[in-house]
Amino acid sequence: MKPKRKRLWLLLGSMGAFALAVTLVLVALDDNLVFFHSPTQIADKKPPPTQRLRVGGLVAPGSVEKGSDGLTTTFVVTDTRANLKVSYRGQLPDLFREGQGVVAEGTLGTDGVFLAREILAKHDETYMPPEVAKALKDAGHWKKDAGK
Amino acid sequence: MSGFFAMGGYAAYVWPAYAAALIALGGVTLMSLFARARVRRELRARGLDRRGAKS
Amino acid sequence: MAGMHALANPARFQRFSARALPWSAGLTAILLLVGLYMAFFVAPPDYQQKETVRIMFVHVPAAWWSMAGYAFLAGLGAALLVWKHPLAALMARAAAPVGAAFAATCLITGSFWGRPMWGTWWVWDARLTSMLVLFFLFLGHIALSRAFDSPERGDKAAAILALVGVINLPIIKFSVDWWNTLHQPASVMKLGGTTIHSSILIPLLVMAVAFFMLFVTLVLMRTETEIGRRRLEMAALAAE
Repeated sequence: MKPKRKRLWLLLGSMGAFALAVTLVLVALDDNLVFFHSPTQIADKKPPPTQRLRVGGLVAPGSVEKGSDGLTTTFVVTDTRANLKVSYRGQLPDLFREGQGVVAEGTLGTDGVFLAREILAKHDETYMPPEVAKALKDAGHWKKDAGK
Repeated sequence: MSGFFAMGGYAAYVWPAYAAALIALGGVTLMSLFARARVRRELRARGLDRRGAKS
Repeated sequence: MAGMHALANPARFQRFSARALPWSAGLTAILLLVGLYMAFFVAPPDYQQKETVRIMFVHVPAAWWSMAGYAFLAGLGAALLVWKHPLAALMARAAAPVGAAFAATCLITGSFWGRPMWGTWWVWDARLTSMLVLFFLFLGHIALSRAFDSPERGDKAAAILALVGVINLPIIKFSVDWWNTLHQPASVMKLGGTTIHSSILIPLLVMAVAFFMLFVTLVLMRTETEIGRRRLEMAALAAE
């Protein structure tokens, strides 16, 4: 039974060491592993206009405006602490709407407006039939009982 | 019925997704069946009984 | 002959498998039929994602069982390297392609879901990337197990890869919590209960059980095949 014991400990030891190494690498890379930054992080960092980056948050209710050319959309991305105005020219994804999650990729202009080249919609982890969603909204339980 | 196949305008995404699942999972199922049939045939051809420990 | 001893355990497996296979195959077929019926005719469209939510019924079970399948593969790797279990290597050879097919299903269906809902076929966020890595780990396992002249060496190399790659499982699972991702957090396997309405959750769970039975059926069947293949190899060696 001895060699089996030894092999088991050897395996567990090397796996533990490997897991530790991977954890350290992931912690060190943390900033590069995030897919997007929040408006607060963008406000703190003040990235140069040449740097392409992604900003993510909620589309602030009431902030969506269509430009006169019918193609440009401007809206405010918020993480409730900081706001960032975003301008985008092109087709928006089906799930894009006020109060919904959104990720914009582009550059921060010198005027403080984020010039998006691509807009992605981010949805939450709640799934339900339309009638249930409506009933919850009517009862005033929206986003309280229905998860995040 | 045509409304069912239209998938509320998302037919171009829902059906290809199910087709891809069918190809991937059906594919591995068919490959497994063929491989089993081939190995059984060879075992029989060499007189190796496919069941039991003794041969 | 030393080989006879190695086959003692596989022989017991084959007796079990011969009895279990018709049942698991039949159960898979019934559950798939019921699950697909529920997925298309019972489950309502989602309040936001409309009919595209139906992609979830194949996407999520494929994701779950590809991850559990990889954990199984890693367990078989340990059983081979530590306990030298005679069946572990053959089962691993049987399971890896099934896991790869499940992972591929998850990735492709996810892509068809992401395009209409997120607005993109693919992004390199932590969840999608780690899932792609899982797919390549399965492919690597298949390749490595066949890379050597002696199948035993291939089995061992593949077992080591399976154990090394297991670190990817917590990364996939928690990527959505640790880092900002485009992919949403967990809906079912989470603390504080599910966020999926029962009318959508129940078809999802039926499909999940169906996919589990499919995985079991395929692994049983393929393990039988691998045992037969190994016996053919041994017979060929003995004939030399």
